[in-house]
Amino acid sequence: MTENTNIATEAREDWMGLLARAPDDALMSLWDGIQNRPSFEWLRSPEVGGVMVRGRTGGTGAPFNLGEMTVTRCSVVLQDGTVGHGYVQGRSKPKAEAAALVDAMMQTSAAGELQAQLLDPLHQQMQAAKTARAAKAAATKVEFFTLVRGED
Amino acid sequence: MYVAVKGGEKAIENAHTWLAEERRGATDVAELTLAQIREQLSLAVNRVMAEGSLFDPDLAALAIKQARGDLIEAIFLIRAYRTTLPRFGYSNPVETGEMACDRRISATFKDAPGGQVLGPTFDYTHRLLDFKLAADGEIPEAPQGPARQEPTPHITEFLKGEDIIQDEPASDETPGDLTREPMEFPSNRPLRLQSLTRGDEGFVLGMAYSTQRGYARNHAFVGELRIGKVVVEMDIPELGFAIDIGEVELTECETVNQFTGSKTEPPQFTRGYGLVFGQSERKSIAMALVDRALRWEELGEDNLGAPAQDEEFVLSHADNIQATGFLEHIKLPHYVDFQSELELVRKLRREAEERITQKEAAE
Amino acid sequence: MAAQTQFSGGFENAPVQAAHAFRAAMTVMARPGEIRALTGIEPPAPLSLAAGTLLLTLCDPETKVHLAGDTDTDAGRKWLTFHTGAPIVSADQADFAVGTWRALGPLNAYRIGTPEYPDRSATLIVECDQLEQRAAVLSGPGIKDTARLSLPDVPALQSNATLFPLGCDFFFTSGDKIAALPRSTQIRTEG
Repeated sequence: MTENTNIATEAREDWMGLLARAPDDALMSLWDGIQNRPSFEWLRSPEVGGVMVRGRTGGTGAPFNLGEMTVTRCSVVLQDGTVGHGYVQGRSKPKAEAAALVDAMMQTSAAGELQAQLLDPLHQQMQAAKTARAAKAAATKVEFFTLVRGED
Repeated sequence: MYVAVKGGEKAIENAHTWLAEERRGATDVAELTLAQIREQLSLAVNRVMAEGSLFDPDLAALAIKQARGDLIEAIFLIRAYRTTLPRFGYSNPVETGEMACDRRISATFKDAPGGQVLGPTFDYTHRLLDFKLAADGEIPEAPQGPARQEPTPHITEFLKGEDIIQDEPASDETPGDLTREPMEFPSNRPLRLQSLTRGDEGFVLGMAYSTQRGYARNHAFVGELRIGKVVVEMDIPELGFAIDIGEVELTECETVNQFTGSKTEPPQFTRGYGLVFGQSERKSIAMALVDRALRWEELGEDNLGAPAQDEEFVLSHADNIQATGFLEHIKLPHYVDFQSELELVRKLRREAEERITQKEAAE
Repeated sequence: MAAQTQFSGGFENAPVQAAHAFRAAMTVMARPGEIRALTGIEPPAPLSLAAGTLLLTLCDPETKVHLAGDTDTDAGRKWLTFHTGAPIVSADQADFAVGTWRALGPLNAYRIGTPEYPDRSATLIVECDQLEQRAAVLSGPGIKDTARLSLPDVPALQSNATLFPLGCDFFFTSGDKIAALPRSTQIRTEG
């Protein structure tokens, strides 16, 4: 196995998180545009499951179980032995497969191209959607003004 | 007593076919798509996710469509589905302080940092039917302001500085999970919160209302209500580190409750907590009130015998799937039970009549 | 892939293969003394084919597993973690334990359940050199008249049966073969 251990964990956390949170259609349309997809074997074919989401009492206290969310995961190995894992929100097996392949390819020489063609635009799209929502919220922020209430 | 009854297969099959037809309604009206339900009936979707205890808007939309809009039936479908999912693990506790807030209000502090952000609320609507919606769906675009970049701090953080509010110290204790181990009493706060967050909105609302009307009154203010998205992070064993596995929309309510002190606690503000999947404002406020009422023992308060203080009563009856299952089963065939009841009543009746006849004969 | 890694050797088609394996495991537990074959995966040594397949079929992040003796290898731990997510624990906390009879050690180390929840007990997967329908005579639920099974330690297993409805349950594995002994089975040595 030649899994590249030089990849900074932090960078890998970032791209795996981005892939997990990405809307299905946004990820899949970018993935469809990627040429030169490597051949691979399944280590774990895509499976849909649940993760119990936890909160904290009072927001900061002891953990409690809030409810589950759907997650699909799979693992692939490329011909050179690079292993990729996909964990994505929801029940889309193609999305999990794409995420695992991107994770694997990001550990190879294809990383630069993939970053530019897929991860960067995906990040921008998601950030733009988030900012648009925050901007709408900002427009509903109350600006108080005090009325003169007569003398006591 | 349950006795297997045979027969009725054809009738059941035909009933199902008719059900499907009725679900579809008049075929000259366009069929609802799941995306339409997910986008346009999103608060129904949220309720099904919260009480179904599974965050997946597309599945909730499917359940609502299949259940013809009967939300408890839809919740039932979701609960049944979630039992088929392998459990990959448990997330790290979500950081609601990092929430990207759509809405964030406080009834206690006007000038809280981060401000009063109303979000898409019904609160100041006039509750007049809008007949324009019956005609067309044209809507103006929502105005935008300067988007806040930094996270919005929790309001209760400000009271903590003064040491005047009860603290919620962090812990890493593994909480019980009522989907894995049956609930036992006395329970504990993490289990109570799990039970309440998936509990029936109507039931939790009724219980909360009872505390406001005086049954274990606890003088609650909404210290903060926030709605928005938080990322969910989980440790992945094969990676050896944690990654984001998605994002969920949550409603969080923290109440600040007047508390004059008890045998064990000094006068201070105490807290109730509500956290619910989706935009579920009424539910999360109600959850916070009921959570606070159930905390009487740990805060050294008196048990006033109020229903909302009775953990066994509240938690055993909060689940609408358990409730509806037991309630609705009585309409299914009980021919043999009833036959025996009938025999019994006839026998008692005969005996009573005989006694009267004998008595009359004796007089 | 030729080399055994932590990620390989799992079910190729988990839903179907695990269902077949579960059926086999359930059958041998329901019919003590019956021997079935259990295959489908390639576990890291020294786990047998049957024991490895059984672990992947029965375990998940909520079943605690004790790897006794030689089975507790780094490769074994990683393999089990990737495929099942099961936490590795000591004997006293285990839902499942795997190893040779000697490595598993005295039975009183394992959970036997409580009167309210007899199911909160350990299931032991005992790796055997051979597994044959001979020696100890079994009777009880799931057995028409009697059955026979080569058992590693009859007195210890007899005493486990006296704890019924509490006690441990056992799978015996050897190569691709599997048999089982639930706590409800009576054991005699005669014959």
